[in-house]
Amino acid sequence: MVEFNLPAGSDPVVGKTFKAPSGAKNVKVFKIYRYDPDSGNNPQIDTFEIDLDECGPMILDALIKIKNEIDATLTFRRSCREGICGSCAMNIDGTNTLACLKPIADVKGEVHIYPLPHMPVIKDLVPDLNLPYAQLRSVEPWMQADTPAPANQERLQSIEEREQLDGLWECILCFSCQTSCPSYWWNSDKYLGPAVLLQAYRWIADSRDEATGKRLDYLDDPFKVYRCHTIMNCTNTCPKGLNPGKAIAEIKKLQLQRQ
Amino acid sequence: MTTGNRPLSPHMKIYKFPLNGLMSGSHRVTGILLSIGTLLFAYWLIAAAYGAESYETAQAFFGSWLGQLMLIGWTFCLYYHLVNGIRHLIWDMGKCLEKEDLIKTGRIGMAVTAVLTVATWIIGYSV
Repeated sequence: MVEFNLPAGSDPVVGKTFKAPSGAKNVKVFKIYRYDPDSGNNPQIDTFEIDLDECGPMILDALIKIKNEIDATLTFRRSCREGICGSCAMNIDGTNTLACLKPIADVKGEVHIYPLPHMPVIKDLVPDLNLPYAQLRSVEPWMQADTPAPANQERLQSIEEREQLDGLWECILCFSCQTSCPSYWWNSDKYLGPAVLLQAYRWIADSRDEATGKRLDYLDDPFKVYRCHTIMNCTNTCPKGLNPGKAIAEIKKLQLQRQ
Repeated sequence: MTTGNRPLSPHMKIYKFPLNGLMSGSHRVTGILLSIGTLLFAYWLIAAAYGAESYETAQAFFGSWLGQLMLIGWTFCLYYHLVNGIRHLIWDMGKCLEKEDLIKTGRIGMAVTAVLTVATWIIGYSV
């Protein structure tokens, strides 16, 4: 349901300020969403002044610096620091992206950092992603075929067949697109969302998969696919440059063609 | 699956919508305004059917600056919704869905909307 305001207890209040060390010349202000589940308080926005001369180039470097040197309670997910694990997806400067791939220099003025939008917050920048994972499970994202694989050999594809998967297999499931979509914000209980639909299409488009009919059947209802209204926030925000909006359009086309 | 009493992370108020997202919202808004505009159009027809006196009143309203402003707004909404609707039809064919296309067709759409609206009223005022 469309609900512009946050529910009671979710509105962030002004939090603490951590000043830059005296003598710092290259100071950047970071305003970071904090939520402590043990406190019972509303979330708050803490202000951190960071000396960029003593900090790495990426947003993730700043977050790690804060955790190491200023406030060890700052909580966020990170792992590979090179844009392949998808852990550090968050809302930076109003757009969902990976903290490890986002240069601090790209943000003019203060850097506002929030968890992925419209998700239950476990702590600070860590959202609860159980719902999108459950939705991903529902599209059965693995190869299904009745034909046995050829003996002692892989299931081969032509170069053209393999090309159908380009722009799909690269998805790292960071859910930046999923949580950028207003349709998903309002209808996440019924609409599968761009990341999950891109995964669904990844298996529909796979020449080796034989469950295409079953997959399209599952997606054929008014909500799972058709809550996509081509807002295209997904494609605009994807940190890997993929196009979930186009994958959804392809699913809609296939639904029409088989009628 | 329980989420307990976890707060909901901010969304609408912190998200910086790119051009296409804003135009999508505007598509909805113009659609709603068009429905309201249709009521005004119905009022005009009913007034005409009612007789000369009521038709005079309606004409006086639509001729006032407020009425003119509403009509200009209504034609803008009509053209915007029409042009953006055509973009949607193109997308439904699976075309023009790359990031650059979104910006390009969005700008073209807004320019066409402006031209059609202005042209309509230039013609409207000159006849």
